[in-house]
Amino acid sequence: MMRASHRQRGFLAAMIHRLSGVALAIFLPIHFLALASALNGAAALDSFLAVTRQPLVAFLEVVIVVTLALHMTLGLRVLAIELFDLREKTLAVLSVCVAAVCAVGLLFILNLG
Amino acid sequence: MTGAAQEARLEVEVWRGGETGHFQSFVLARRAHQTVLDVVTEIQREHDATLSYRFACRVGMCGSCAMVVNGRPRWTCRTRVSEVIAEGNRLRLEPLRNFTIVKDLAVEMTQFFDKWKQAKGFFEPGAQPAADFAVVRPATPQRQAADAGIECIGCGVCYSACDVVAWDKDYLGPAALNRAWTLVNDVRDCGNAERLDAVSQSNGCQACHTHMSCTQFCPKAIEPTYAISGLKRAVLSRALRGGS
Amino acid sequence: MSALLFLAQRATAVVLAFAVAVHLGTILYAVRGGLTAADILARTHGNLWFLIFYGLFVVAVAIHAPIGLRNVMREWTRWRGRTLDIALALFALLLLGLGLRAVIAVFVS
Repeated sequence: MMRASHRQRGFLAAMIHRLSGVALAIFLPIHFLALASALNGAAALDSFLAVTRQPLVAFLEVVIVVTLALHMTLGLRVLAIELFDLREKTLAVLSVCVAAVCAVGLLFILNLG
Repeated sequence: MTGAAQEARLEVEVWRGGETGHFQSFVLARRAHQTVLDVVTEIQREHDATLSYRFACRVGMCGSCAMVVNGRPRWTCRTRVSEVIAEGNRLRLEPLRNFTIVKDLAVEMTQFFDKWKQAKGFFEPGAQPAADFAVVRPATPQRQAADAGIECIGCGVCYSACDVVAWDKDYLGPAALNRAWTLVNDVRDCGNAERLDAVSQSNGCQACHTHMSCTQFCPKAIEPTYAISGLKRAVLSRALRGGS
Repeated sequence: MSALLFLAQRATAVVLAFAVAVHLGTILYAVRGGLTAADILARTHGNLWFLIFYGLFVVAVAIHAPIGLRNVMREWTRWRGRTLDIALALFALLLLGLGLRAVIAVFVS
């Protein structure tokens, strides 16, 4: 169970921000390797892209896109507090972040089809 | 008290010992308007005289009675039992987190105040005495920024709540940095070059990750997060101007 | 982290805020109706703006990510000091190398 003093929005925002960042750092080298397979010709990149059309992989792609959107919007929150002294109503700010991320995720899913 | 009804009882678990120890349970009567400090005092006077804890003013001015109540750091004299008792009529009392435990509910505050010194959280008058009184207009942004943080009485609640302090023993912490920010905004102070140095090391303001637990729990409604953000901006603009 | 690392992280964060917005927007647009290598390469081949934009994107990420990871490692593990800094500098070089290689790969292919 989460410690009582952790059940507050700033901590949740910071944890999602941190964990999404770590996930993206792990994902990036794989992403770069995949793209560089184009060096072996379009066919090599295509065969990789074919893998990504499998349902599980397509789902993971959505997860990655959402993770990126999450990290960015929560990072913007940090920048707003630090650089622009945003006296946030955390709940409002977090709601906007989540809404933006959901929009991105949904658009991605819709466009994939 | 005869025939005490279920709802008139209060179960209290209190930390006993130092870094290692155990929780000791007590059962007390619920009374109207009880504060947690009342509860601790009753335990020490009526049940177990060996319990160690701190208090002084009892009225929310000194901050000595700070401890962790049901997982949250707060002043026990300003915490009504009725506020925190939602969790099944049970109170859990622990010493402040991130401090070395002296005994039971009393913690060692030395490192906390040493970090204030490290952060240069003290007024620096400069080598020469000022020629005349300083004119400090209350409505200026600088004075308002200083005023927002000068009510800090060093109770340690923010330091206890801070995750970065828990993760990095060297981190100066919200109280020390908040005090440094009030002095950065004090137009009479002459020590800001050294102070910005002091708060921009690896244990300084940039280690804050805006969890905002300090702001959430400060009993005086001070917002150390924004003081620390102010320090970050000051450190960044200094770095951009080529001094760091 | 030192003031300089902090500055680098926040500055690249601002750059990345813009770059990621563009990247996400592009991806959302580009994946409509499925994505093939030909689609990607048609956009990127010989496209100088693409090369510059994504080149800068890679540089920014190669600075931003390792500094962030450094905080995580120092706070959540016992690893700190010189060896951690060197390991993360190597990771930065890895990201830079693989990233620029990928950008060039789709530029020339």
